[in-house]
Amino acid sequence: MDFAVVIDAAFSAALGPQAIVFALAAIGLNVHFGYTGLLNFGQAGFMAVGGFGLAVSVVTWDLPFWVGLIVAMLATIVLALVLGVPTLRLRADYLAIATIASSEILRLVLGAVEFKGTFGGSNGLTGFARTYKNLNPYGDGVDIGVVSFSKDDLWSITVGWTLVALGCVLIWTLMRSPWGRVLRSIREDEDAVRSLGKNVFAYKMQALVLGGVFGGLAGVFHVLKQASAVPTDFNTTFTFYAYAALLMGGAARVLGPVIGSILFWFLIAGLGSFFSQATGGTDPLIPASIMTDTQASLVRFIVLGLGLMLLMILRPQGIFGDRREIAIDGR
Amino acid sequence: MAADLSAARAALEGVPSEPGVPKPDPIVKGDNITRTFGGLKAVDVEHIEIQRGVITALIGPNGAGKTTLFNLLTGFDEPDDGTWAFNGTALGKVPAYKVARLGMVRTFQLTKVLSKLTVIENMRLGAKGQRGEKFLSAAFKSLWGAQEKANTDRADALLERFKLDAKREDFAGSLSGGQRKLLEMARALMVDPELIMLDEPMAGVNPALKQSLLGHVKSLRDEGRTVLFVEHDMDMVRDISDWVIVMAQGQIVAEGTPQSVMADQRVIDAYLGAHHDSDITEIDIADLEKAAEAELDEGTKP
Amino acid sequence: MTETTQSAEHDNHLAHADGAVLRADDLIAGYLPGVNILNGADLYCQPGELVGIIGPNGAGKSTLLKALFGLVKVHEGSVKLKGEDITNQRADQLVSKGIGFVPQNNNVFPSLTIEENLEMGCYQDPKRFTERFGFVTDLFPRLGERRKQRAGQLSGGERQMVAMGRALMMDPSVLLLDEPSAGLSPVLQDEVFVQTRNINKAGVSVIMVEQNARRCLQICDRGYVLDQGRNAYSGTGKSLADDPKVIELYLGTLGQKED
Repeated sequence: MDFAVVIDAAFSAALGPQAIVFALAAIGLNVHFGYTGLLNFGQAGFMAVGGFGLAVSVVTWDLPFWVGLIVAMLATIVLALVLGVPTLRLRADYLAIATIASSEILRLVLGAVEFKGTFGGSNGLTGFARTYKNLNPYGDGVDIGVVSFSKDDLWSITVGWTLVALGCVLIWTLMRSPWGRVLRSIREDEDAVRSLGKNVFAYKMQALVLGGVFGGLAGVFHVLKQASAVPTDFNTTFTFYAYAALLMGGAARVLGPVIGSILFWFLIAGLGSFFSQATGGTDPLIPASIMTDTQASLVRFIVLGLGLMLLMILRPQGIFGDRREIAIDGR
Repeated sequence: MAADLSAARAALEGVPSEPGVPKPDPIVKGDNITRTFGGLKAVDVEHIEIQRGVITALIGPNGAGKTTLFNLLTGFDEPDDGTWAFNGTALGKVPAYKVARLGMVRTFQLTKVLSKLTVIENMRLGAKGQRGEKFLSAAFKSLWGAQEKANTDRADALLERFKLDAKREDFAGSLSGGQRKLLEMARALMVDPELIMLDEPMAGVNPALKQSLLGHVKSLRDEGRTVLFVEHDMDMVRDISDWVIVMAQGQIVAEGTPQSVMADQRVIDAYLGAHHDSDITEIDIADLEKAAEAELDEGTKP
Repeated sequence: MTETTQSAEHDNHLAHADGAVLRADDLIAGYLPGVNILNGADLYCQPGELVGIIGPNGAGKSTLLKALFGLVKVHEGSVKLKGEDITNQRADQLVSKGIGFVPQNNNVFPSLTIEENLEMGCYQDPKRFTERFGFVTDLFPRLGERRKQRAGQLSGGERQMVAMGRALMMDPSVLLLDEPSAGLSPVLQDEVFVQTRNINKAGVSVIMVEQNARRCLQICDRGYVLDQGRNAYSGTGKSLADDPKVIELYLGTLGQKED
């Protein structure tokens, strides 16, 4: 068991581009669910629209990179409006159903062979990241002993965490404002807020758009860091990982989604490396009769899942949350 | 100002005690408001007028339709039929939040304080026209900072008036039932309503707090607002209301000053059950059976 | 209500409650700990009696009935069925012991037919179904005619019949009714009162909580007037119906009108 390898794997994932994608997505979900109480189970859909918005603009429609970014953001706003207008006046469950459905529809449509011309079919699109890559000022990767990053990854990390930091600042300023106060009140009791003269529908719509834009941003970052937009990436697992990250860190707290995402990936990658080493080689730490190396890659999810369950039972407010203010109300 | 206030009450003196009677200076007028729930007519009000600047009590036995009428008038429920207006502005399809903005604010039977917000935050939420509540200005504190301060000052003054200032930083969820009623009333005042509608303000409040609540309701009228409240506590009704409207089975069966209403046979009937002049042991059973069959046949869905 | 009338009521209760099929002594009960709705209420029902419970809103009428049936926690005091202490026993245990309960709301299963609703009534003893079904449909012929209709499509008056019929399926010795006339038109209210009287005449002891105080007092043998969780007045139905103090309790002191 080489723990240096485990630590390297854990830190690479925790501080690397993968965690950034989920941090952005989780910040969006925090706006939806943590602060406003909206049940968005289709954050992957917003990510898909963002990522493919950029990819299609640059590759299929031959637009400049920066225009592509704008198209991506506009597309997420349109998706939020399309989802919100019919469902936000109804019970919370309807938004949940609509968002799951839409994200699945998007994934399937984007990967459909009929639309191969536009979206690239099941292989997706590549060749839109040149501008992004060319901006990279780093000559080399970096190795600080405990962890090492390639040149490309280093650029992504710089851009990514900057975006996350800016996002957190924005959320912080918004949520301490009267607008944020209205959202938190809507989360608890919509009728009380209506009786005080506030247009609840409008606020929910604004929250849906804001959180959706962060989802779209996560999608853009995701396709840029790997320089390809693949439809199967944007599946429901994405959404639920983002929720796990959010709940671990603590919903309705500015840093909750970020810390949660870092911790989530630290654990997934670290556990993965640990179990992989423990069952690999000629004389494995855990004998093959208990666990084979193919099973090892799944065990980390079992362990993480159990950990999440314990967390929800013993400390449902997550790491940063306030028990009195908890977003999930068991009652 | 005092002269104007008691003038409103004096204006009621000549008004006859009839259900749906027109008022000298109505702030709310309504016609033919009906609401049916599963075959039962919960509200069936032919005509209603609420006098401006006085305290009107809305009483009646359980199931009379009082809270349903509240919900209809304030936009929290949609009627089957009917029209009504607040200060001349027609309501009816107007959503609840707009009704509140027009100046008609209600409280709830089961208090709706936001327990995950502090008391002062609850109060700040009530203020009208906050620039900081607009999405585009929210991120820039300089645009709404001064307004927030002014609202906070007003909130603190109200909290002091309602003796909740010591609880300023506590979560509203930690307040007792009576304190929550006070907070909801104070918060409603932040909206600066012309007409404030209280749904069972005394329910669940311990007797010690009742007197002070009564005083607060009176002070609302004394500062020029109109008050409409639903209550079961007859002593309270008699103590502070200038006018009483009695509902039963969805309709207004009587109106008048508290004294005239308490002695009105129709009101006694409403509370104790109608047919004060017939005894069920003496009625014709066969006739009753026929009438009941007919009603049930009518009501049965195909 | 003075202290003396309270203790006079209690003494009266103790003097006459022996042999009662259902009795409650000095009940202190409520839904939440520390918040008591009943503050020492007494009640008894002799076999074959029709007892009414009336009183202004918030007096604790429904709470008293529910306390008899184990639906509300009794903190102090006791409930006895034919001498056996049943305080705080579960409602399903009480059904098997012979108490029937008709709640005010949600008292039928809307997706089941009338016949199925009645079947649910004798769930604890399905063999009785045929015999009891006959009894209930004799009482409410309409239910027999429409046995295959879904309860959710019935009008309020018919639903009330189904609810009462269902409670009768286990042949209870005591029937508890929670505001059976609520939400019904005057004609159907009278129908309910007449039916309740018929059920009582068939040998079932009945304790009913009612909003329609007049009609309730006209059919009951004895009545209780509750106020703020305790007994204010009690007496025969007729004596209470004519008592001005009862009106006073509902509407405040009549004396005010004399100025």
